[in-house]
Amino acid sequence: MPEKQSTVTGASEAPPIVSEWRRFQRVFFQRKLVMFGLVVLILLVFTAIFAPWLAPHNPYRGKMADSLSQPGNKYLLGTDIQGRDTLSRLIYGSRTALMVGFLSVGLAGIFGMALGIVAGYFGGFINTIIMRVMDALMGFPMLLLALLLASVLGSGIQNVIIALSFATLPGYTRFIHGLTLSVRENDYILAEEAMGASRARTMLRHILPNVFPPMIVLITLMLGNLILAEAGLSFLGIGIKPPGAAWGSMVADGYQYLLMNPVLSFAPGLTIMVVVFAFNMVGDGLRDALDPRLRGLL
Amino acid sequence: MSTLLEVKNLATQFNTEGGVVKAVDGISYHLDEQEIIGLVGESGCGKSVSQLSVMQLISSPGRIVGGEIIFEGQNLLQFEANGPEMRSIRGAKIAMIFQEPMTSLNPVLTIGRQLTETLELHLGMNQEAARKRGIELLRLVGIPSAGDRLEDYPHHFSGGMRQRVMIAMGLSCNPKILIADEPTTALDVTTQAQLLEMMKDMVERFHASLVIVTHNLGVVARYAQRIYIMYAGRIVEAGTTKDIFAKPLHPYTIGLLKCIPRLDEEEGRKLVPIDGLPPNLINMPSTCAFVPRCAYKSERCLQEPWPPLRHMGNQHYVGCFSND
Amino acid sequence: MTAYIIRRLLMALVIIFLVTLVVFFAMRLLPGDPLIIFLGQQASQGTITQEHLETLRHEYGLDKPILVQYANWAYGILRGNLGTSIHYHEKVSMLMRERFPVTLHLGLMAFVIGNALGILLGMLAAIRRGTWVDTAATTFANIGITIFVPWLGLLLMYALGLKLELLPIAGYTSPLDNFWLSTKQVIMPVICLAITGLGFIARQTRSSMLEVIKQDYVRTAWSKGLRERTVILRHAVKNGLIPVITLLGIGIGLVFGGSILVETVFAIPGIGRLLVTSVFAQDYVVVQSGTLVIATIIILTNLIVDISYGWLDPRIRYG
Repeated sequence: MPEKQSTVTGASEAPPIVSEWRRFQRVFFQRKLVMFGLVVLILLVFTAIFAPWLAPHNPYRGKMADSLSQPGNKYLLGTDIQGRDTLSRLIYGSRTALMVGFLSVGLAGIFGMALGIVAGYFGGFINTIIMRVMDALMGFPMLLLALLLASVLGSGIQNVIIALSFATLPGYTRFIHGLTLSVRENDYILAEEAMGASRARTMLRHILPNVFPPMIVLITLMLGNLILAEAGLSFLGIGIKPPGAAWGSMVADGYQYLLMNPVLSFAPGLTIMVVVFAFNMVGDGLRDALDPRLRGLL
Repeated sequence: MSTLLEVKNLATQFNTEGGVVKAVDGISYHLDEQEIIGLVGESGCGKSVSQLSVMQLISSPGRIVGGEIIFEGQNLLQFEANGPEMRSIRGAKIAMIFQEPMTSLNPVLTIGRQLTETLELHLGMNQEAARKRGIELLRLVGIPSAGDRLEDYPHHFSGGMRQRVMIAMGLSCNPKILIADEPTTALDVTTQAQLLEMMKDMVERFHASLVIVTHNLGVVARYAQRIYIMYAGRIVEAGTTKDIFAKPLHPYTIGLLKCIPRLDEEEGRKLVPIDGLPPNLINMPSTCAFVPRCAYKSERCLQEPWPPLRHMGNQHYVGCFSND
Repeated sequence: MTAYIIRRLLMALVIIFLVTLVVFFAMRLLPGDPLIIFLGQQASQGTITQEHLETLRHEYGLDKPILVQYANWAYGILRGNLGTSIHYHEKVSMLMRERFPVTLHLGLMAFVIGNALGILLGMLAAIRRGTWVDTAATTFANIGITIFVPWLGLLLMYALGLKLELLPIAGYTSPLDNFWLSTKQVIMPVICLAITGLGFIARQTRSSMLEVIKQDYVRTAWSKGLRERTVILRHAVKNGLIPVITLLGIGIGLVFGGSILVETVFAIPGIGRLLVTSVFAQDYVVVQSGTLVIATIIILTNLIVDISYGWLDPRIRYG
């Protein structure tokens, strides 16, 4: 055997780490359904923003003479009993849906995150109080709680938002609470505390960033549910009523005219389903791309 | 003793997002009756995958892409992975036990159920007979109060105990071959010794052959008759245990031995780790994969393809140009 | 196991207590004089004199401190006194007794069918992962959770009721009175009620089973030479279903929530519809008691589910 040489490790043997971004791209952008969802959402936001330019007619006032027209050249999807154009109402309805959705999710999300992190981080009595109250709120079906609150607070879009925020709050709190518990166990949190970092600092600087990505996924998934809930409330006649344009109430209005002009109910119902489906697909895609381990939780 | 199992040029690949991983890149070995062999190598060298391939337990994205596995005169690879032929061999003629006793047993089934199901399936025993045999087996592997423990669940057992149960399950149908994939890695040292001793006894008692897959040369030193050293999906050295330890020929084997403390050497010798990291199995060069970490490399190693195994006498094979 | 049950039971009681607090104080959020609200339209029309109002106030106990009011109310509830409906002029307990069986009939059917089908669908999708079976099942499940239930109701009504005239589009008959008619009436509402839960459970079951199939102990089962059927049914299913059981509790919530919409669409005289009409009639007594009853049922159901989970998982049952 030849003399032992000094070893030279020139060649790189470390396995190439498939970059996180590449993996995200593969999981997220290459899934057809997820892309479909994303396209729908972009269209939705576009429609909501540019509604006044896109809607062919006034969504709130119609010509009585054109009451209950069939879909045709003038009114692409027909009109309702008051002669209001279905298509325009559909377009403006996107504003309602998005506004209610985002504001509710924002409100509930912020409070949910705060409560969840505080409960999870401090533990003990604070934790028990917060979590038991959340459990109590979760004992109500979401629609029922929203119904209760909306009836108490009165009609109007802001009350719907408050009611829905309240109804969805416990879900977020619970989720974030669970995440906080697992993040808290990490050694670097202990290290922070050992170094004397204040609790607020630890919560903000370390727990929050870890909790954020799953939160985004949860929010996206919840937006779909919120749109369904808002539609349910307006279907029942709570919240946004005609002449306001809300998809749920449009479905309810069309109920009586099912035989004459089924499009009145079908169009908004289909729109709701497509939009909610889109949110769910994008949410699923985000979840799988960010952390497939979340699949069990979400 | 005649040859039980002969593996020729077995190759298994995995299609991952980074590329094709050649986990097993053409290995050949054999196993005789009533023999204990060791398959030694570091994590990722393909030793576990090779044995899973023999059992045809490889699932997507993995695929067995070549070779033959001759057992009882037939090439097992011609059979479908979940077909009746393979199913009648798995558990009955070739059995396997795995590394993690904590997760390899089903938490919601009793030990008894998990033990007797092979007896009922392969040996056609009825419930009563299977139960009795189950208790006997547990006793044989050293589980105290075996009779009472059939109704217990895995979480009632310690790690070492669970591994004993796995061994009992493995040997329950008197297989010709028992494959033990890192059987003691997850256990503490004392338990390791007990378990290995017990495995040797059991295998002798059942007249079976044993394949011990491990990264720990020390484990096979005492029990195996022959050893195969694997690196980056290939066998780089093979021989009797005595030869491997006394006259190691491949630089990797030499390196491995230098990492282990030995009783028969001078005090104060430093343990010498092997430089570098395990290779990336995607896009492997055609040259010898050990080159980046090798202390004995030459020009030839950088130019010619991976050296084939050469017989150096007395069943001792090595694949390295430094031995020419 | 006993300790587990007792802990869960105490927890449930605490939560029910908190629920009563939520319900009681939510009603007090209403702006204005509670007495006026409780008397409903009569009082707001000003047909009652101030004097009479005060007498009534005293009668209803609304002049006592708020905590005493709560205590009285809670005590009343425990004794079965759910109040008197302003709108229907009947005892709420009577109203509930009439409507509850209806909602229960539909809800139970939807719950059982929805969950059974959901679990089957989820398992099928997991076992045949990547094939067309998986794609079809998953798509169906996704539609289930995204569909607007009243819309589905109207769709079914239109297709099966109006156009094909196969099924009646509204109304409810007890199966005890006319089994065949009852069944025909119940088909469409049950589908609507079940679909969301079905989709949800199917998705969760699929996830859970996929996780289980990857586990080491399943690999051990394969290595023993067992057939696919045995590996799945004996080794995988039980492990896979345990996490799903905990979600059945959510299913009950979905069913009650759904009944609010479904009963409205199909004009079914159940609790859901009662609540909706009461909200519009400003009949807060009914809303209060009704919500409390539903929430309590959900919490108790979740308790039963939790206990079953403990019983199924040997790690909890046998400690």
